[in-house]
Amino acid sequence: MKTLSRLHEKLSNGEFAVTGECGPPRGSSKEVIQKKIKLLNGFVDAVNVTDNQTAIVRMSSIAASAHLVAQGLEPVMQMVVRDRNRIAIQSDILGAYSLGIKNILCLSGDHQKFGSQPDAMNVFDIDSINLVRTVKDMRDKGKDMSGFDLDVAPRMFIGAAANPFADPFEYRVIRLAKKIDAGADFIQTQCIYNMDRFREWIRQAADEGLADKVYILGGVTPLKSAGMARYMNNKVAGMDIPEEIIKRMDGIDKKNQADEGIKICLETIQELKEMDGVHGVHIMAIEWEEAVGLIVEQAGLK
Amino acid sequence: MITASQKPINEIAELVEPYKKVLILGCGTCVKTCFAGGEDEVAVLASVLRLKFKKMARSIEIEELTIERQCENEFIQEASSGVDRNDAILSLACGAGVQAMAKRFAKKVVLPGVNTSFIGIQESPGIFTEECSGCGNCGLATFGGICPVTRCSKKLLNGPCGGSQKGLCEIDPDTPCAWHLIIERLTTLGQLDNLKTYIPPKNWNTSLSGGPRKLIREDHII
Repeated sequence: MKTLSRLHEKLSNGEFAVTGECGPPRGSSKEVIQKKIKLLNGFVDAVNVTDNQTAIVRMSSIAASAHLVAQGLEPVMQMVVRDRNRIAIQSDILGAYSLGIKNILCLSGDHQKFGSQPDAMNVFDIDSINLVRTVKDMRDKGKDMSGFDLDVAPRMFIGAAANPFADPFEYRVIRLAKKIDAGADFIQTQCIYNMDRFREWIRQAADEGLADKVYILGGVTPLKSAGMARYMNNKVAGMDIPEEIIKRMDGIDKKNQADEGIKICLETIQELKEMDGVHGVHIMAIEWEEAVGLIVEQAGLK
Repeated sequence: MITASQKPINEIAELVEPYKKVLILGCGTCVKTCFAGGEDEVAVLASVLRLKFKKMARSIEIEELTIERQCENEFIQEASSGVDRNDAILSLACGAGVQAMAKRFAKKVVLPGVNTSFIGIQESPGIFTEECSGCGNCGLATFGGICPVTRCSKKLLNGPCGGSQKGLCEIDPDTPCAWHLIIERLTTLGQLDNLKTYIPPKNWNTSLSGGPRKLIREDHII
């Protein structure tokens, strides 16, 4: 399989890859996107563009991704199955590729109950693993879900998410295998704070022979404050921040907590760099894009 | 009532094939009324399966039983000795019944023998139609007692769409246009003005879209 993705090229060369994240604005401002692009450009290999994350209406991930393409920054277009049926999904994949978008991350999406419009009907016509398979079939067989031959196939580098911290733990690697079988080329994980558990997950994946079949990018999010750590641990589904990390943040003067958060993040990246089966890092600095350049430089990833 | 139709016999045979002793368990309420899983259907299905497995030279023991409702524990109780005697239960109840059985008999295999379809009525002998989607937020008062959420193929609340012709829906000449029916009925009731009101986007939070639902009646909790 060959794609034109630079992220793919870097990973296939055996280099440690870095991806960032860009949340589109709650409005039509091109300037907000361009500001974020400036903060990230030159520091990361590709940038995930979120798709109405937490079920809050934002500029579409396709449009925001196209803005990145225009500025020479490679997007990883996130696509959730919450808001689109299979017809819209395939149509958007074709359109995205025509706009120069070469990476896709296939997700279920947060339930709309968490968002600003809980009255909305969700779709979930296909699930995230079905989506991975759909993109793969469109790319490798050149066919849409009806079997129709596409004139130009979308040759996208296909990603999926994994959360090593969700329960039941034993099932996590089985699901990872299922995503790889469906066609995932790379995996981006949920934010890693519980390193013991992550290490165990990677070990299980390696035992199942999955380590050579997929590129795994470990997710990290720098904590801005002890409050954020506590909030994420309690309120964000599937998040696991050990008590010692929260205590460590708590023990620092409020004005220095952000620095400590970056320090923790750097320590995590250092461990990930040395870990077999980890091929890169996915830095999700939520509404804190300024931190990414700093982290990348201090982690020696530039 | 909940409507259902029996699964194709080959599919049922495949489901029960791994087991030596199977209890075909009918349900005497909804699925009986729509001829999918009452005692008559249990008897016919049992004979067909016995014959089919005999032809295949496979020995399988089939027991028959029908209880009043598989969705209520007090009736499920009546099936327990039959359940104990068999390796698997082929339930001819709706999906709620199948799951209630699975919940009650945690270690027993419970297989579905019917495809559960919809909440509906028997419009005329042998013809069942879907009337309600259980959206949890009933608007029938506005629509003259005809549900567009269920009976309009596009779930339009401000219909009809441009595909309606001669009272029929564009998807199928056998499907009446719900909006045509609504207009006729509102005309009869002298409430045609209802149609001039803009109906805002529906709150789907009360439907399955808002997640699996639970009904809590504090006054009945013991």
